[in-house]
Amino acid sequence: MSNAVSILNGASSNGAVKITEAGLRGMITLRGDLSSAQLITAVSAAVGLGIPAQRKVNHGPMGGVAWMSPDELLLLVDYDKAAAITADISGALTGEHHMAVNVSDARAVFAIKGVGGREVLAKGAPVDLSPEAFGIGDIRRTRIGQLAAAFWMTDDETFELVCFRSVGAFMFDWLTNAAREGSLPEYL
Amino acid sequence: MLMLKCPNCGVTAEETEFVPGGEAHLTRYTSGSDSQAFSDYLFARKNPRGVHFERWRHAFGCGKWFHAARCTATLEVFGTYTAQTSAPPDDILKAIKAKRPEWEGFK
Repeated sequence: MSNAVSILNGASSNGAVKITEAGLRGMITLRGDLSSAQLITAVSAAVGLGIPAQRKVNHGPMGGVAWMSPDELLLLVDYDKAAAITADISGALTGEHHMAVNVSDARAVFAIKGVGGREVLAKGAPVDLSPEAFGIGDIRRTRIGQLAAAFWMTDDETFELVCFRSVGAFMFDWLTNAAREGSLPEYL
Repeated sequence: MLMLKCPNCGVTAEETEFVPGGEAHLTRYTSGSDSQAFSDYLFARKNPRGVHFERWRHAFGCGKWFHAARCTATLEVFGTYTAQTSAPPDDILKAIKAKRPEWEGFK
């Protein structure tokens, strides 16, 4: 099998905030009835986590699960295991209306690390990113500039952002520009 | 700039996160129906100055459709509600009546 490579091969930029292309990540889109016992069991078997509440993301040692819409979840797993887990989920949900797709190679992941991370994202996303409105455990699907994206926080100073791989290079450039030294408020 | 609350994911977001889908609650006349009714369904749209019902899609968010009731003159949003209905719900109608007592009602 050919060697899988992420969109920018781990490129990073050091501005006021560090932007890193976070490499390969296993991602599975799972659509179905989120209240069904079969689906809850399948998600628990795949990532060891329960179904997150509306616009929440759960993280655990086996991966993560994010609420994407009333009938859609995004499972975050190891890249190498994504295909096998997708097959397991499809097997577990046989007979139930659902869709499980391994989208790992269709996505790019970025880490935005630094105290000004909120300010960087707020330049392009029409979202209230104040600590009172958005914190660890929240996920927001929105746009960054003109690109569809979703992001969440892994700690107080780090955001993870996913977007389509096809626009990954532009997203990196956009974030790098937004995080330029001297472009963030002085109180940071 | 409109601020709309998506009833599917609960987010209150600005207009740029949504895509408009035109007039809501159309009856989809199709083959076999009166040709005038079919023509009106295809081409004739309300264009009121005041209360209007519209379809919107949360394109950059959860991707789901919903309905919104708003005023075309003031851009005031009276409320948003599920897309799985063929007429505005009572609470939306009440909210409109409270703010526009002279409004003649839906349809």
